[in-house]
Amino acid sequence: MMPSLSFTYWSALVVAGALALYFGGRQVGNASGVARLRDMSATGALGYSLLVVTLYQGIALYFGPGATFFKWAVHGVVGFGIAGYLFQQLGRHVGTRATKKLFRSMPVTAALGILLILAYALIAIFADFIAPYGQAEIFKDANLLPGGDPGMGGSPDHLLGTDQIGRDILSRLIYGAQNTVGIAFVTTLLAFFIGISLGFLAATIGGVLDQVLSRIVDMLMSIPQLIFALLLMTIATAWFGSEKGMVTLFMILIIAVLDSTRVFRLSRAVGMNIVVMDFFEAAKLRGEKLSYLIFSEIAPNAFAPLLAEFGLRFCFVFLTIASLSFLGIGIQPPLADWGTMVRDLSQFIAYAPFPVVGPLTASLPLMAAGAIALLTVAVNFVVDWMLHRASGLKE
Amino acid sequence: MNNVAMIISKRLGLGVLTMFMVSIIIFSAVNMLPGDFAQALLGQSATPEAVAAIRKDLGLDKPIHTRYFDWLIGVMQFDFGTSFAKANFATYAGTTADVNFGSVADQIAPRFANTLFLAAVTAAIAVPLSLLIGVLAALYRYSIFDRIANISTLTSISSPEFFVAYVLILLLAVLNPVFPSLSNIHDGMDFAQKLQKTMLPALTLTLVVTAHMMRMTRAAIINLLASPYIEMARLKGLSPFRIIVFHALPNALAPIINVIALNLAYLITGVVVVEVVFVYPGVGQLFVDSVKIRDIPVVQACCLVFAAAYISLNLLADVMSILSNPRLRLPK
Repeated sequence: MMPSLSFTYWSALVVAGALALYFGGRQVGNASGVARLRDMSATGALGYSLLVVTLYQGIALYFGPGATFFKWAVHGVVGFGIAGYLFQQLGRHVGTRATKKLFRSMPVTAALGILLILAYALIAIFADFIAPYGQAEIFKDANLLPGGDPGMGGSPDHLLGTDQIGRDILSRLIYGAQNTVGIAFVTTLLAFFIGISLGFLAATIGGVLDQVLSRIVDMLMSIPQLIFALLLMTIATAWFGSEKGMVTLFMILIIAVLDSTRVFRLSRAVGMNIVVMDFFEAAKLRGEKLSYLIFSEIAPNAFAPLLAEFGLRFCFVFLTIASLSFLGIGIQPPLADWGTMVRDLSQFIAYAPFPVVGPLTASLPLMAAGAIALLTVAVNFVVDWMLHRASGLKE
Repeated sequence: MNNVAMIISKRLGLGVLTMFMVSIIIFSAVNMLPGDFAQALLGQSATPEAVAAIRKDLGLDKPIHTRYFDWLIGVMQFDFGTSFAKANFATYAGTTADVNFGSVADQIAPRFANTLFLAAVTAAIAVPLSLLIGVLAALYRYSIFDRIANISTLTSISSPEFFVAYVLILLLAVLNPVFPSLSNIHDGMDFAQKLQKTMLPALTLTLVVTAHMMRMTRAAIINLLASPYIEMARLKGLSPFRIIVFHALPNALAPIINVIALNLAYLITGVVVVEVVFVYPGVGQLFVDSVKIRDIPVVQACCLVFAAAYISLNLLADVMSILSNPRLRLPK
């Protein structure tokens, strides 16, 4: 798996390559007058040398024997890159004038992010129609491997195999999209509802209400979120018992309240900036009602920064829920959930070195973990681009 | 200097106040629970008289504010009470030889040292690494190196800790057995053994934290590069490396120190999941186990320890950024 030649040998090669590029580049650059070669810095040369050697190593590893995971990773990166590029090109040529313009200013990463978010949303919404089996359906063949090849321990009936008690993993992954993503989405919506209404209220009314709310939020934010969530989960289960549906409901409420503190801070700050503007002053002097002030004066002007924040908060909520479920305190079985799936299947990772079926076995826990990572990466790509656009930075 | 001392003491006072309020939150949250220590001790079938007798003995019948201050004074002397899970009548009545058996402080103390060790190893790798990558990314911004660094850090920020952890286990423990995947360190080990066993959790946390620190270092330096004195240095013909290291970095130090302290505070949350994945005997794992069996005194103590560490690191970040600001340090 590892390149056979030693690390020192390759580092020496990198340094030698850098020196050759640096001094050779000067000679050639001086002779031919190519400024790029002549004025290359030593660190730049080192970078190019490192890049070439790493590329060579990667290609050698890819075509060498046994590097199954590396091949999968390369296929994944290249495949997603191509998908993002195609989607970007599609967006540039199909659609209304506005969407075409939007796609022209978009980097490939953001296009890929939008494509992935759309795919996740479709899978989550239509899980009942896409999934081949039910999420809690148990089959008699447990521990089938992914791949669908009977010769390799798989079965064509279960394309991604079955878990330790015989549930179809593909179906559970698809239903996991519905449960994990759906619950995270509902929680974020709730957090935004609480945070925005209190934040705008604090900004509009000000005075004692603002002080009280702000100090409460300061206090809640001074305890790390995951820790506080765990403490509150313990208390909630001690009070109301740990029936399965209840635990999930508590989790939604607790995380929504804890996360609304961040939303409160932002919406209060945004609201404060709007409250001091002339048009708001005018509306106030006209004698408009509080609800009109908040919904018709503040809300439309605060939409853009809050939308980017929604993406970021969704990522945090999603990761918190996945972590809680991974720790066994979040979404409860028999509901399929990615965090729980990772924990249940995690021991299979130790089988990776076995020939032929090893990598297939070890991929079991990584699929659910990868599904979580892929969605958060996609959202972050889009948010990164939106923030970049909003800040007006031009490269 | 007077000015700075005042600002810092104000900030410290605010920190102590926050800590006080947090302790009230944690105490009252736990005291709202149904059932108390006396019931946990005697079990379901206890007679009301027996429960009342023990309550009186332990002072549980006192009003809540008296109990709070008793508890607070105990906590300041590192006495966090007795664990529910370890409590039984024998220890209460003092009939076993081991008097300290089941005290929360005894459970937390060795684990806290382990968690600190993990955090220290992580910081020792992550801080220099992220500063280096951050400076390089600022130096070669918009180059291919910067883009690769940007995409990979964005990816590692957004991945859940356990995904990074399992990928590292797969690569460095299973396929290439460099480090063990089980970090069951104990007191008998020497430093090198401990370090080797701690390496995988530390690397996982490093990957998560480095991304934040590197991006913020890069942003802080790039912000400064737009200022006129950097333009001047460039026009003087200084090398880009010299400009960044000797001109930009000293002024970017305040935000960078802030970022480092904030990310170490972030480690506190990350440590919980990572310790569970690697079965590392730290406070995080104890916390999760106690939450599962609802061992309230331990949950309460762990919460307090985490919150204290979080608040003091945030405090440290504020104080350091005040100290590293020459305009505040040297008033006119």
